Amino acid sequence: MSLWVDKYRPKSLDKLDYHHDISKRLKALASSGDFPHLLVYGPSGAGKKTRILSSLRELYGPGVEKLKIDVKTFVTPTNRKLEFNVISSPYHLEITPSDMGNNDRIVIQDLLKEVAQTESVDFSNIVSNMKPTINKKNKFKVVIINEAELLTRDAQAALRRTMEKYSSNIRLILISNSTSNIIGPIRSRTLLIRVAAPTNIEILSVFNKIIEKEDLLKFLPKDEIEREKLLNNIANYNDRNLRKAILSFEALYMNNDIITISTPLIKLDWEEILKKLADSILIKRSVANIQHIRSILYDLLSHCIPARLILKTLVINLWEFCSINDKKYKIKSKDEVKLKIVNTGSIFDERLSLGSKDIFHLEGFTIKVMVILEKDSL
Amino acid sequence: MSVVTSFTASDGKATSSDIADRLERMPWVEKYRPKKLDEVSSQDHAIQILKRNLQTANLQHMLFYGPPGTGKTSTILALAKQLYGPNLFKSRVLELNASDERGISIVREKVKNFARLSVSNPSKEDLENYPCPPYKLIILDEADSMTTDAQSALRRTMETFSNVTRFCLICNYITRIIDPLASRCSKFRFKLLESEQSLNRLKFIAERENVKLENNSEDEVLQEILKIANGDLRKAITFLQSASRLYSLNIKNVEDQDEDGDVKLNDVDINGGSSEFITISEVREIAGLLPETKIKALLSTIQSKNLDAIFQFLKDDIFLDGYNGAIIIETIHDRLLLGNEYEENEENISLRLSTKQKIEISEIIFDTDLKLINGGDESLQVLNMVLKISQILK
Ligand SMILES: Nc1ncnc2c1ncn2[C@@H]1O[C@H](COP(=O)(O)OP(=O)(O)OP(=O)(O)O)[C@@H](O)[C@H]1O
Ligand SMILES: [Mg+2]
Repeated sequence: MSLWVDKYRPKSLDKLDYHHDISKRLKALASSGDFPHLLVYGPSGAGKKTRILSSLRELYGPGVEKLKIDVKTFVTPTNRKLEFNVISSPYHLEITPSDMGNNDRIVIQDLLKEVAQTESVDFSNIVSNMKPTINKKNKFKVVIINEAELLTRDAQAALRRTMEKYSSNIRLILISNSTSNIIGPIRSRTLLIRVAAPTNIEILSVFNKIIEKEDLLKFLPKDEIEREKLLNNIANYNDRNLRKAILSFEALYMNNDIITISTPLIKLDWEEILKKLADSILIKRSVANIQHIRSILYDLLSHCIPARLILKTLVINLWEFCSINDKKYKIKSKDEVKLKIVNTGSIFDERLSLGSKDIFHLEGFTIKVMVILEKDSL
Repeated sequence: MSVVTSFTASDGKATSSDIADRLERMPWVEKYRPKKLDEVSSQDHAIQILKRNLQTANLQHMLFYGPPGTGKTSTILALAKQLYGPNLFKSRVLELNASDERGISIVREKVKNFARLSVSNPSKEDLENYPCPPYKLIILDEADSMTTDAQSALRRTMETFSNVTRFCLICNYITRIIDPLASRCSKFRFKLLESEQSLNRLKFIAERENVKLENNSEDEVLQEILKIANGDLRKAITFLQSASRLYSLNIKNVEDQDEDGDVKLNDVDINGGSSEFITISEVREIAGLLPETKIKALLSTIQSKNLDAIFQFLKDDIFLDGYNGAIIIETIHDRLLLGNEYEENEENISLRLSTKQKIEISEIIFDTDLKLINGGDESLQVLNMVLKISQILK
């Protein structure tokens, strides 16, 4: 049985639930049989990939869903062998070069050239099986590059001439959370498509479709207003991340026989831990607590929660707690404190990326925040 | 293997319709890449010298440097074509760029081997039509991504084989080319393109491609594209093509709902009838810039000094909507510090700021930019910046 996120992932542009204007543009693009290299960006869980796969289906028909996974081997200049996964259909490839860390450049150099230089698919045999809107003009092969924001500078530089030189038989679709880490020369070689996160209302309409298809009404509050409120809570909790929202809706359903307005949402462990941590930083400002906090931070890091994410989440939690509970923490001026916390966060965030020992900087941040509160409380 | 041969491998020869087809599918930046030195716009100084060199067929080692999209790659390719003609080009020119492995071992082997080859003989026909000078050309494009070791390894090669080989290094940042290499080359600086010449080029392309632009006044849309592209002609051309691909198609009744409640995106009529025109706001959207309404909201939120409102606005209306941090920095810089370019009215905050305030703001912007370059988290750094600036505004 597949998860709802997969089961209800729309497969064609017509079925996409929101951002109809973008779907419309993509449809226009696909029907013109040609498109430039694309850079599709937006926050995670906004539906970037779904939108792209739908466009490819528009372009090539259902054949793009026949996926296989190959493992390719590459040899680094230092003669190390690397293995790399490539997902492909007869029409496109999908790769995540950032899996290779600093060797991503080699993947880009070798794989893309190989794809660009091997004969492109001979469409004449396939054309008859495809939708009539498809003509044999689509002689290029599409390569989807995931997590483009994580590509090293070298890998990005390697893309530059490749994008120009092989532009008649290869099209790149870069998927990225932001355009900030993409170098200018690449941005200026692509058509930029921004995909905003869906609004809560849009998320609710997706929920309602699932409720109908899965026949869930009997498990949900009878009262329409309560039901809406419940769904809203789920959407809200997940910060407009549709994937997370659907996962958490499904988890709620799997874990409860019946869901009422007071059924607690299923929350992610690490997020809950960080909430408690923020509260404890604000309230227990002591050396003993610093030691305690250190062991929790270690634990989170060893569970592969990235240090930057920990820091950012802490800053947000601290901010919210100071706003709501300033009395509890005996804060004199909450604006003052909040400004200082964010400023401290920005300093340690930079240090996290410059330095190499994550724990030092997370701990440094914690201590600094305690000091801010010490000075600013009644 | 070249693109052409791989492309037509299945059916032997390239037919003319194949070629037309391919041209059709090329991104406009490639389709309109200058083929001759004369077609390169705006770089008069460099082009003038290169044309003279072309006439005498006497080249030195060269170093082209300048910002992206200003014609460096195009110029050297055009020069090479005009020097050798299409036949000889294959055996005389070696182009290596950042997509090729160019570590020190490659420089020692591949580059050196090519450099020391004696030159092939041109056919009679080529000799009649092209200068065909008796040396080869090695183009090292995007040379600033070569390691210093690899660059050092080039020094000897460049000297030893200068009787049969010329080098052309191309880069964005001349400071990344080691001195001993740079000093062996005559240097050509490529400037950001001037807007008048770029405008002509864009107009030419727009005409050829039948792009329909909203024409409320003189070339407003193209001017906006050029302003955003900021001297990078490739960017400008890509924006133009993007806009025309995404917006100028004639799309009918796209939002009819069908029985299942799915929005039915009707088939699109590509060339038919009166199509939509490209507008300035669409161009801004393509460039990922903030729409004017959002800029206003941003500025008034900053001035409100309500910290929670700022926090919420950045989260919901900027980052979750997919806008990036660099855009916010640019917008703030533009509206708070450079506001003179905008109308003198109530909303123009920059006119009300004192010099001292402006200095403080630019320090904050500088600090944030640096942290971002050092790899800082966008949303956190921008939040900090906006909060700080809000404290400076009165
Ligand atoms: N001076 C110019 N005259 C005419 N067209 C230009 C000029 N500069 C750039 N272009 C257009 O922009 C495209 C890219 O130019 P080109 O590849 O030469 O840039 P570049 O200087 O090599 O950039 P990069 O540093 O990113 O490699 C060309 O195909 C052409 O369409
Ligand atoms: Mg170039």
